[in-house]
Amino acid sequence: MSGVRVLVGTRKGAFVLTSDGKREQWDVSGPHFPGWEIYHVKGSPADPDRLFASQTSGWFGQVIQRSDDGGQGWQPVGNQFSYDGVPGTHQWYDGTPHPWEFARVWHLEPSLDDPDTVWAGVEDAGLFRSTDGGQNWQELPGLRSHKSGPSWQPGAGGMCLHTIILDPDTPGRMYAAISAAGAFRSDDAGETWQPVNRGLRSEGIPDEDAEVGHCVHRLAMHPARPGVLYMQKHWDVMRSDDGGELWHEVSGNLPTDFGFPIDVHAHEPDTVYVVPITSDSHHFPPEGKLRVYRSKTGGDDWEPLTSGLPQEHCYVNVLRDAMAVDTLEDCGVYFGTTGGQVYASADAGDTWAPIVRDLPAVLSVEVQTLP
Amino acid sequence: MTQAVPPQGAVIRVVLPAHLRVLARVDGEVELAVAGPVTQRAVLDALETRYPVLRGTIRGHDGGPRRAFIRFFACEEDLSHDPPDIPLPEPVATGAEPYLIVGAMAGG
Repeated sequence: MSGVRVLVGTRKGAFVLTSDGKREQWDVSGPHFPGWEIYHVKGSPADPDRLFASQTSGWFGQVIQRSDDGGQGWQPVGNQFSYDGVPGTHQWYDGTPHPWEFARVWHLEPSLDDPDTVWAGVEDAGLFRSTDGGQNWQELPGLRSHKSGPSWQPGAGGMCLHTIILDPDTPGRMYAAISAAGAFRSDDAGETWQPVNRGLRSEGIPDEDAEVGHCVHRLAMHPARPGVLYMQKHWDVMRSDDGGELWHEVSGNLPTDFGFPIDVHAHEPDTVYVVPITSDSHHFPPEGKLRVYRSKTGGDDWEPLTSGLPQEHCYVNVLRDAMAVDTLEDCGVYFGTTGGQVYASADAGDTWAPIVRDLPAVLSVEVQTLP
Repeated sequence: MTQAVPPQGAVIRVVLPAHLRVLARVDGEVELAVAGPVTQRAVLDALETRYPVLRGTIRGHDGGPRRAFIRFFACEEDLSHDPPDIPLPEPVATGAEPYLIVGAMAGG
């Protein structure tokens, strides 16, 4: 019987949650790497037993772990992330030039077809790639050295490259998003990049519709329709129908359009999920009610999903990499909170139940659908 | 403190912080044979040669600067700010006292 493996990164370790296709009974494994911040864990689409994890610490720096048996055993691989050449400066919070400094890996994106190739999005914003299973990492400097790079500024969480999306149809096409620089697209496998932020408007930057400088929180794409992108921006939920060339707002009737994650149903490219958060100064759900909002129309028209989620006194956040969907026939949706809960829905969001309630703050959630 | 010229080819005792013991898969102290003058750089070079997984976790890759929240103690002294190429205290060089690599008390 098919099943799922949910990969959870938290402030104090990684957890692996497994279940059969019913997604009712769960086996919980962890903490792996206890005491370390695990920003992201993700499996290779080409080899589901191969997992990569970003393990990081303010004391000891960056470690990358790899599993070749689905998360039972792990081995540290390469952790040297050196920017290509003289990295120059970006802007600091106070607007002064600040040298590019590696802090941590926020996001690992394994290749769609080669289990030895994996991309890493790092803070300070840069894109790295390994082609030997994580042993060695090389920067693709075309993104960081874009002419707008010296003007990029960090968001509140740091200047992180947090989203990497690989287009399954168009060879070489990929997307990246940086807080607070914006969205970027490459059509040559990461060698060169162009900003794709037209249509975004952001209060809080001097030029509201500038080419770069937008605090993009997350991008999402359905693999069957890769030209359509969804975006949760600092404020505003956005959609592009042409690979990011132009965006339009689809916040519609959301109670607030601030938030972090956004994801798309595995089988319905027009079904989109977000978790509205009160505001940039109040990082918790409106009215203390934890609600996932679902649009079945590709945005604009949203419905609250509340069954099984706390509807009073709930003041957790859901971070940008902490939502995922499985590809079972009844699409499963998963998200983790800063309060340590991981919620699962086995019916596309209609009903929810916690898999676990008391983990450390959840930084990331990914899911693998197993044969 | 005595900065005597240590014996050559000494066995140095090194205590790692708990997280790095897990990462390196060691229990208790590490004993390292250090050829030549026993300095902080020589000890860390020997440590990273024995345990490559520790590269980048204590200091920068390729012998770069100490990470900000790492401290080096020995003989009840903080050696963190000492130049890396001066000899370590004789009790460390003779193996009588361990060389302590410590995660600084920061962040609660």
